Amino acid sequence: MISYDFHYVRPTSIVEAIELCEAFDHNGKNPVYFSGGTEIITLGRLNEVQTGAVIDIKSIPECNRFEFEANTLVIGATKTLTDIEEINHFPLLSKTVSEIADRTARNKITVGGNICGQIFYREAVLPFLLTDSEVVIGSKDGPRAQAIKDIFKEKLQLNRGEFLVQLKTKRMFLDQPFLSIKRRRQWDTGYPLITVAALKVEEKVRIAISGLTSYPFRSPELEDALNAPNQSLKRRIDAAIRSLHVDVLDDSEGSNRYRLFVLKRLLTDVMTGLGGDE
Amino acid sequence: MANPNSYVITTNLVINGEEREVTFRNADILLDVIRNHLGLTGAKPGCLNGDCGACTVNVDGIAQKSCLMLAIEAIAKEITTIEGINAVIQGTFMDEFAFQCGYCTPGFIMNAHSLIKQRKNPSDAEITKWLESNICRCTSYIEIEKAVKAALRMGPEKEE
Repeated sequence: MISYDFHYVRPTSIVEAIELCEAFDHNGKNPVYFSGGTEIITLGRLNEVQTGAVIDIKSIPECNRFEFEANTLVIGATKTLTDIEEINHFPLLSKTVSEIADRTARNKITVGGNICGQIFYREAVLPFLLTDSEVVIGSKDGPRAQAIKDIFKEKLQLNRGEFLVQLKTKRMFLDQPFLSIKRRRQWDTGYPLITVAALKVEEKVRIAISGLTSYPFRSPELEDALNAPNQSLKRRIDAAIRSLHVDVLDDSEGSNRYRLFVLKRLLTDVMTGLGGDE
Repeated sequence: MANPNSYVITTNLVINGEEREVTFRNADILLDVIRNHLGLTGAKPGCLNGDCGACTVNVDGIAQKSCLMLAIEAIAKEITTIEGINAVIQGTFMDEFAFQCGYCTPGFIMNAHSLIKQRKNPSDAEITKWLESNICRCTSYIEIEKAVKAALRMGPEKEE
């Protein structure tokens, strides 16, 4: 049971959502946008999310699109992970999100909710980081598109009152060779340890990582080291690990040394699977 | 529809084919409304965190963990609980002794019911992937899988 009360509204347009958010904010309600809502509900039960107003964006048509617009795939923020996997317009995204939570939970979790969530894994963002995708943000000045690399820095950098409407990915990236590997501490269930998504574009391997640090990321330095010519795989992976200047997580799921060990193995798997290394 | 000035709503929910008028808080999860307001106690509270699947119901034919859904989200949708089905899968659960304490059984059945209705011929891997959404503390997994496969063999058209 969620112990506190909140208002609930279901706008049917971006403008209406923004206006409602402004009004609730003005009245001190600390509004939140709600898509699948799984995190708001579970953290709300623990009082780790507190809000006086929930703005459910599932009835906004732009948020529900999942289709091609010329050479661009448009993915609405409220598409469920199950829909993404089953319609399968974007195989790397399908594979990556198919490992999030479980099948029934994915019937509710949405791509936008995963990317904007507080829980730090946010694996759904990895394919978008690899494909130089754009995000469309709903704001009071109207929708605006922005390169994901400019707005996703540790998390989606949204101004107060803004929300994620869509993600847009160029078709040319959708049929490139890819790998998405998730490692858990035990078997195929349980919380993730590290997830790596990789894409080969113009003979270079791109890699994005979740679970190593408290945010998902893509590192140009790591990719440069891995793709360096005329060096053994071991040397390149060692250089790639050294290039990381991040705070590696050290928690009950895995120590920082263990996480780096797992990452090293994952990079080996990626480079043998995609990079042509043996 | 939701009143933006209120914390409480009185509305009709369609559950097991019946329209029922019910009053609940915007913040109430579907599980609590089904059990405490509508008196249907088949869906079980377990982890209340979306992990165990004991509270699984079908919403518009799709398996949903009712602890992960606000009741207000279910307006204008068709909710089906274990009390609302008379399906082959219930019989095969008994035939295969696919339960021990039975607490997880309604959740497993509602998940499997959705699978059988949506997939005519799922692979073993697909069945496993769906069933991973539910936890059985008594570890009846082998028997549960047998029950699902037995129901599938009898044909999805019989899974009413």
